[in-house]
Amino acid sequence: MEVRELVKRYPKAQTDAVDRLSFAVDGGEIFGLLGPNGAGKSTTIGVLTTRVRPTAGQALIANLDVMTAPRTVRSLLGVVPQRNNLDRSLSVRQNLLFHAAYHGVPKAVRTRRAESLLEQFSLTDRANEKPELFSGGQNQRMMIARALMHDPKVLFLDEPSTGLDPAARLFVWDRIRDLRQAGVTIVLTTHDMDEAAALADRVGIVDCGRLLALDTPSALVRGLSTGSSLQITVEPAGELGMTGLLDRLGTLAGVQRCEQVGAEAGVHTIRIYLTGEAAAMVAPVVAAVSEFGGRLTGVEIGEASLEDVFIELTGRSLR
Amino acid sequence: MLRSFGSVLRRDIVVTGKDLVAFLAQVLLQPVFFLFVFGKLLTGLGYTSSGYSDLLFPGLVALTATVTAIQAMAFPLVAEFSWTKEIEDRLLAPLPLWAVAAEKVVFATLRALVASAVMFPIGIGVLGSIPYRAGGLGLLIGVMLLGSLVGACIGMTIGTFVPPTKINIAFALIFTPLLFTGATQYPWPSLAHLRWFQVLTAANPITYVSEGMRAALVPNIPHIPGWICLLALAGSLALFGTLGMIGFRHRAID
Repeated sequence: MEVRELVKRYPKAQTDAVDRLSFAVDGGEIFGLLGPNGAGKSTTIGVLTTRVRPTAGQALIANLDVMTAPRTVRSLLGVVPQRNNLDRSLSVRQNLLFHAAYHGVPKAVRTRRAESLLEQFSLTDRANEKPELFSGGQNQRMMIARALMHDPKVLFLDEPSTGLDPAARLFVWDRIRDLRQAGVTIVLTTHDMDEAAALADRVGIVDCGRLLALDTPSALVRGLSTGSSLQITVEPAGELGMTGLLDRLGTLAGVQRCEQVGAEAGVHTIRIYLTGEAAAMVAPVVAAVSEFGGRLTGVEIGEASLEDVFIELTGRSLR
Repeated sequence: MLRSFGSVLRRDIVVTGKDLVAFLAQVLLQPVFFLFVFGKLLTGLGYTSSGYSDLLFPGLVALTATVTAIQAMAFPLVAEFSWTKEIEDRLLAPLPLWAVAAEKVVFATLRALVASAVMFPIGIGVLGSIPYRAGGLGLLIGVMLLGSLVGACIGMTIGTFVPPTKINIAFALIFTPLLFTGATQYPWPSLAHLRWFQVLTAANPITYVSEGMRAALVPNIPHIPGWICLLALAGSLALFGTLGMIGFRHRAID
């Protein structure tokens, strides 16, 4: 799957929703598009799933251009949309069976596949009910099961765990990992850095329609100019001791810089930005504090995350 | 592709089949009251002449066919594109876009044909007898089919061009004029003395369905010739079919 110099500008819009986006997804990987709402993630998925006409550029699935071979492309892909679009007039089982029938799956195959997917997604008990009164988690499971009914080669999930409770979210994550095991290529969009870090083999960070970075989650975090951090609280021996302590901490090997971020009732909070791993720096920092006669009252290790990557790239928070 | 098309059509038939009684009640209530009050009651009381029900019946069958098709198309289309998003699963099937639209037209036409066919036994029940002529059967079927198809395409045009938030007001503004300018309750040639109204009604496709039905069932009443009706309906089909398809494409692909 590949996107080349993709541009989408909606009619009457001032800016491009997708702005010269290019990336490629390998077969069998989980690829995450991470970015805030309105970054162009859903539009990109829309183009890849033949529902949005690109203004310029190209999108290929299995080397087929989505614009020139939309029918073949649609038979290869499964889509789990952000919004519930289940058929409310049909039961859960019928939703699955009709979807497969639309895709020309023979009757015996679709019947067998529906039973197995209902089982796998814990929907067998309610298979004959209509999805009207289902919870968000159940709807999401149904939509994933439905998308798998025609055995797609690529599965698109648009914000798969938005609005789900923690248990439902973990269930969906497990199923997504199972699918990768089964060899399905997965493209998911999310504005949740934890989801991207937990699921994706590689993450593309997008903002304002542009791809800002693309790598494995750990490589993205490792590439940060600020790595991990330590936050300590100390009771210094006088104000003079405090300035000296900050200077001393700044000269420690492995410390990038440090700053005082708070002071309350004689207790000062200092954040120390590190180039390396945080755990290894605890001992030298503690030694430096006692050297200046201060009393250490707290240490907190802050590991860098994709959120920090996003902040470094855009200067603002994901949320 | 034919198999996918068949499955999409089967979905609509299965869903309607579960609610057949509700569907028939919904589309037949109004024409049945029309038949009863204007065809039976007023004639019995002597306010209208006894021949009026023969004139009214073909018009009401025409109205039922067209209006049922418009409603069967427009309302579900608005809901599926805007609120339920149910159509998305079909738009993602390996079918060309026009085939998804065509299925909707075929299904709305089927509904309209069923509703208008049921009007015949109901007409016999309410009026005692209805005008019928074996020689007009071919024209009758042709007009009913074309009328239903035109209605479906008008429904597709309304359902895709009118913004969803305005659909209620649009229906109120479109339906009442459509109801009374379709030569349903009067024969078109008799409007010669009211020229402006005659011209206005000539613009309503339902006029040609009503007049075509009269040509088939009650040729002794002055009417527009059958071939002109068929031609006018074919023209309307081309016009609204094209408009509806443009609207459908516009809603289906961003």
